[in-house]
Amino acid sequence: MSDNATTTHVTPTTAGTLAAPARPHDGAALTAPPLVAASPPGQGRGGVLATPVQRAESTGADARAAAAGPPGAAAEIEAAEISEADTHALGEVPGWWGRLAATWRPLLRRPGFVLAVLFVLFVIVSGLAPSLFTSYSPSDTSPADKLKGPSFTHLFGTDELGRDLFSRMLHGSTLTIKVTGGSVLIAIVAGLALGIVSGFFGGWIDVLLMRVVDVLLAIPILMMALTIITALGFGLVPMAIAVAVGITPGFARTTRAEVLRVRSQPYVEAARTGGASWGRVLWRHILPNSWGPVGVLAVLDFGTAVLLVSTLSFLGFGAPPPAAEWGSLISHGRNFLITSPWLSLLPGLFVGLVVFSLNHVARTLEEVDR
Amino acid sequence: MPRYLAGRLAQALAVLWAAYTVVFVILHVLPSDPITLQLSAGGADISQLTPTQLHILKDRYGLDDPILTQYFHGLWNALHLDFGMSLTQNVTVGSLITDKVGSTLELTLVALPLMVIGGIGLAYLASYVQWRPARTLLARLPAVGVSLPQFFVGLLLIQAFSFSLHWFPATGEDGWRSLVLPAVTMSLLGAAMLAQLLIRSFADTWREPHIATARAKGLSRGTVQLRHVLRNASLPALTLLGILLGYTVTNAVVVESVFSRDGLGQLAQRAVLGQDVPLVQAIVLIAAAGFVVVNLLVDLLYTLLDPRVAAAARAG
Repeated sequence: MSDNATTTHVTPTTAGTLAAPARPHDGAALTAPPLVAASPPGQGRGGVLATPVQRAESTGADARAAAAGPPGAAAEIEAAEISEADTHALGEVPGWWGRLAATWRPLLRRPGFVLAVLFVLFVIVSGLAPSLFTSYSPSDTSPADKLKGPSFTHLFGTDELGRDLFSRMLHGSTLTIKVTGGSVLIAIVAGLALGIVSGFFGGWIDVLLMRVVDVLLAIPILMMALTIITALGFGLVPMAIAVAVGITPGFARTTRAEVLRVRSQPYVEAARTGGASWGRVLWRHILPNSWGPVGVLAVLDFGTAVLLVSTLSFLGFGAPPPAAEWGSLISHGRNFLITSPWLSLLPGLFVGLVVFSLNHVARTLEEVDR
Repeated sequence: MPRYLAGRLAQALAVLWAAYTVVFVILHVLPSDPITLQLSAGGADISQLTPTQLHILKDRYGLDDPILTQYFHGLWNALHLDFGMSLTQNVTVGSLITDKVGSTLELTLVALPLMVIGGIGLAYLASYVQWRPARTLLARLPAVGVSLPQFFVGLLLIQAFSFSLHWFPATGEDGWRSLVLPAVTMSLLGAAMLAQLLIRSFADTWREPHIATARAKGLSRGTVQLRHVLRNASLPALTLLGILLGYTVTNAVVVESVFSRDGLGQLAQRAVLGQDVPLVQAIVLIAAAGFVVVNLLVDLLYTLLDPRVAAAARAG
């Protein structure tokens, strides 16, 4: 945002998009994890000037680093990092299967998380292979059954031509998943690249890239998407590009902050001192240890992308009919809102559930990560 | 202090200039051909035109100038709030916008207090109620509000309060009754985000030593919540409020489309549908300007509200 021009200079570790003065916080010294003392001087200022969300992110990340220690580095430079919390990790280095199980066990104990993951999986699978879940064709009309309410034969009811809405919804998932998947993929690749380059090389490249990101963030995402759609025209591909451009800046920001945080960790210095090349350090140490917040943001961005894509297709910028994404189904159902409210409300609820599930997954991952 | 002010002002202007540049680059330099785009928006097919006609048309919209000339010309005019002629409607972009901006502002002015009251109220309840199930439920509520698509909320409200209960009109713009549903729809997302932030920072603040001190002095939970917790948490909330207010035009696009209100948002939707480049450019710039100006005001408010920022501003 606008005030970042000053704050990012003094707070290289600031994570989020909106640097702003925080509320009085006398307890900072008490709650701050021990590693803060070893972090660069910028971190202290970050604590004062960043919003609480960012601060929570950075302290949470520090706490995590202090508590768990990096898996890759633990094997290579055992002696370099001996803290109390690390000893159990050093005593017995678990295989990747053991680590995976250790990560997933606390997650599986949360029914809400499991439910959300299952629902998202269902949406993805049913979007990729709709015929598995419905025997109706999305385009078969049957005038006798028009505008029937939801029932066991037609889960979501039928539209004005007697087409099965559930089937249309699942076939719409295919398009929506393609667009959101494509846009998040573009955003991840571009955001990671920008963030890594910016955080890793620093200097004027960093300053330049982050100024560009600041400006992109000052244009609201939907407005940015509308601009791009005006330039590229309607359809699925322009929509994917528009959404990708909208979410890339935030992604670049977070990646950069994570890379900066990890780069200054003792084990990275140790690896460098040990003779590892920058490329190897980046690949072996910085990337694996930056995943946490970046992965959480990726899941969160999926939710944002789903919302944005359905908003754009609701506004009529998506694929032309008869192809129908979730948003255009809802928009079309509006015409029958008085007599057949399920036509727009059920798909709307479906979209809301997808986004809610994605947000819930992201939040749970974030909590467990800490 | 004057130096701080001047610095912030210069920054805001720089961001606006950069935003103009980004929008210009997207609309004029991207591989899509702006000439075909703008001519087809004006209702002409490029293949049907003779070279002379093409030349006249290009000349009329200033499209035969070199791209840099167009850029500086556009920037100079934008500085004078002159955004040129609309391609789809035969009037100036400026007059179109001044026509519609009132309706959107009216909506925002009603939605804003709803947002603040809803957000603070929910967060307050969630941190004050002690019965665990209710507390959990209240704390989870904002996550639902953030996930629901705005158009779905709007349609749900129309279905419930307009078609079933007949309390408020579904669409249109006469009187305060037609303003209720759109304003509620518009405020919901912001209220949920505000509540999320506040619930988090209330929980943080309750754990702090100065709160323990206040409680130990004998202040009641209510007093502590009001005098110490809310006050401490209000500064980040102010930042968020600035951002949410900056998103006014964006929110209006969806809300005005659902409730068929004739405002800036509808204008934006129609401009994109008609690929009306000057109009889209002007609306996006206005959205960005709103964002920058509101955030500038919030920053300046901080110097009044937060003594640490004031001290830093005086020093620097």
